[in-house]
Amino acid sequence: MNITLSITKTINDWLFSIMPEGVASITVMVIIALAYLALFAVAGLYLVLLERKVAAWFQLRLGPNRVGPFGLFQTMADALKLVSKELTSTDRIDKFLYNLAPYFVIVASLIALSVFPFSKQFQAFDINIGVFFLIAISSIGVIGILLAGWSSNNKYALIGAMRSGVQTISYELSVGLSILTMVLLTGSLQLSEIIEVQRTGGWLILQGHVPAVIAFMIFMIAGTAETNRAPFDLVEAESELGAGFHTEYSGMKFAYFFLAEFINMFIIASIAVVLFFGGWLSPFGITEGITWFPEVIWFMIKVLMIIILMMWFRWTFPRLRVDQLLTLEWKYLLPLNLANIVLMAVMIWLNWTI
Amino acid sequence: MEQIVNNSFKTQEYFVNMGPQHPAAHGVLRLLLTIDGEIIKNVEPDLGYIHRSIEKMCERDSYQQIVHLTDRMDYLSSHINNEAVCLVVENALELEVSERVKVIRTIISELTRLASHQLWWGVMGMDVGALTTYFYAFRDRELINDIFEETCGARLTMNYNIPGGLMFDIHPNFVKRTKEFIAHFKKKLPEYDRLLTGNIIFQKRTKGVGVLTKEDAISFGVSGPVGRGSGFANDVRKYHPYSAYDRVEFNEALFTEGDSFARYRVRIMEMWESMSIIEQLIDDIPEGDYLTPTKAVIKLPKGEYYQKVETARGELGVYINSTGTKNPYRLKFRSPGFSNLSVLNHISKGGKIADLVATMASFDFVIPDIDR
Repeated sequence: MNITLSITKTINDWLFSIMPEGVASITVMVIIALAYLALFAVAGLYLVLLERKVAAWFQLRLGPNRVGPFGLFQTMADALKLVSKELTSTDRIDKFLYNLAPYFVIVASLIALSVFPFSKQFQAFDINIGVFFLIAISSIGVIGILLAGWSSNNKYALIGAMRSGVQTISYELSVGLSILTMVLLTGSLQLSEIIEVQRTGGWLILQGHVPAVIAFMIFMIAGTAETNRAPFDLVEAESELGAGFHTEYSGMKFAYFFLAEFINMFIIASIAVVLFFGGWLSPFGITEGITWFPEVIWFMIKVLMIIILMMWFRWTFPRLRVDQLLTLEWKYLLPLNLANIVLMAVMIWLNWTI
Repeated sequence: MEQIVNNSFKTQEYFVNMGPQHPAAHGVLRLLLTIDGEIIKNVEPDLGYIHRSIEKMCERDSYQQIVHLTDRMDYLSSHINNEAVCLVVENALELEVSERVKVIRTIISELTRLASHQLWWGVMGMDVGALTTYFYAFRDRELINDIFEETCGARLTMNYNIPGGLMFDIHPNFVKRTKEFIAHFKKKLPEYDRLLTGNIIFQKRTKGVGVLTKEDAISFGVSGPVGRGSGFANDVRKYHPYSAYDRVEFNEALFTEGDSFARYRVRIMEMWESMSIIEQLIDDIPEGDYLTPTKAVIKLPKGEYYQKVETARGELGVYINSTGTKNPYRLKFRSPGFSNLSVLNHISKGGKIADLVATMASFDFVIPDIDR
């Protein structure tokens, strides 16, 4: 029996033995929520550190290396600083929306995180419309960004928010359609089932070969755009808009936006891993027989590789202009994507998959 | 129906203050933008934020002191600014400086130009969103600054020139280190091209953006790489040579497209030409005095004097009106940045905000040069 499963099962049994059933279920839910919050915070903080390290490697620098070994506590210290900072705001803001906006962004990311199959047993919420749920939830985040830009009483923030709205709504189409291409191949919307399909037939990017590779490329482009990262970081284009929609936010509210960006990157990378690279399955089944091996390690390794790829984009490419961004989506990616879905359907019909 | 639609979706233009504190302004330039959505309707530069009345201060200072004030104008071409004042004073006094001084001044001017263009390249990348360029540029720029530091003790505001020559002779290591730098940078400059020039996004962002025609360039008094990107051959080093420029062979970087990418390529080409100029001079720096002594108090004869030089940004003119005293009666700098800025509104109308940023980056503004 798997170690992680046995631990969680022990805790579960123990809780149910000491409490009435209803209270125990609620306690279990709270514990799971807290575990996810902790994961969220740690993942966010260490992705920030990774980003800074990767940036440093690209830019002939050392990166953070003073706080703790290899700067491991640097982002912790930064987070502490942000928590202790005063929350300032500008004059004549829309107070209610201004305070609400960061929570929209961060809650959307957190909910999306809950459906991921980190390993066979480590999945909080395995619903049968998992993929659909992900697409639906991840589009809520943009509301927070729009609210932040609108309520800040700052023209730069408003321009940033308008760009964000345009960008996210456009690229959501490509993300959705490239995911649909893969759903066509698996025949299921449930994330755990999508992974199970890959246990026997090989990773989906191999099963679907040509259309799957095209779908992966489109997904990476559109996913990068949806997380508002370079080369699609027009929302917070530093040299044009200062900091974009979160110009007027400080302290922890700013940190929410910042963390949400990194969690969104994690989410996009996770979707890519689940849909194209076999989720928590080991490559060539090398740890298939080892029962105690925590499969979450494979999941994390794959996610990190995709994330580093996205960071590579960020530190290499210049930024697109807003009209070029829309041209890319509506004139190139979307028609290509639609053709790709047809290609995939034809392939499955003629049984050309591997 | 149309009336209803127009009323419900009424758009209006709005003002945005871009600057004085704005990341794309590279200093404290204030631009009053009139924007319709993302499209720029009008750009109005508003100067005066860092005006230090350098020209007025010059009327109070002796000629040796004026040299030091010019460092603070275009700080990235500080040596060339110093040289301009020194040349005009030397011409007025009919003072003959030694060949050694001329050659050393030229070499350091070209090193200054290289350092300035390197910084510009880094910032250009940063303005269009590629942050990594900045660090690559600074890796190479540090080497030039080290040479400067060893030669005259300063890295940016050099004050190496004084009327009559140089403050001190070059450091014994100067020739060796300059050659090392040239060898290093010849390998590294192609890296700049690989990282940014060939990038499709960068080309899309700069090609056809901020197009300046040759006629406009001439009528607005645009000079330097900006003018040469529009096909306006205006290199002072070539057409009005000073110091040792008459004895070196170099090509004037000329492109005719007039867009931001052409201006970018002019500067990249100028870096190659600067290296070639230094290579032609570095091997035989003539022997001689590094300073022709002048009187402690310099008094220029009564009259008007003018000298122009080519800084990294364009044509810098120094006009001195002397009444025969130890201070100039009137001193005027014709700075390249000021004239180049005047064309900004003309060429950025109708573009996006991002286009304005890319155009400004390709103009390579140094705000203290515009606003003296």
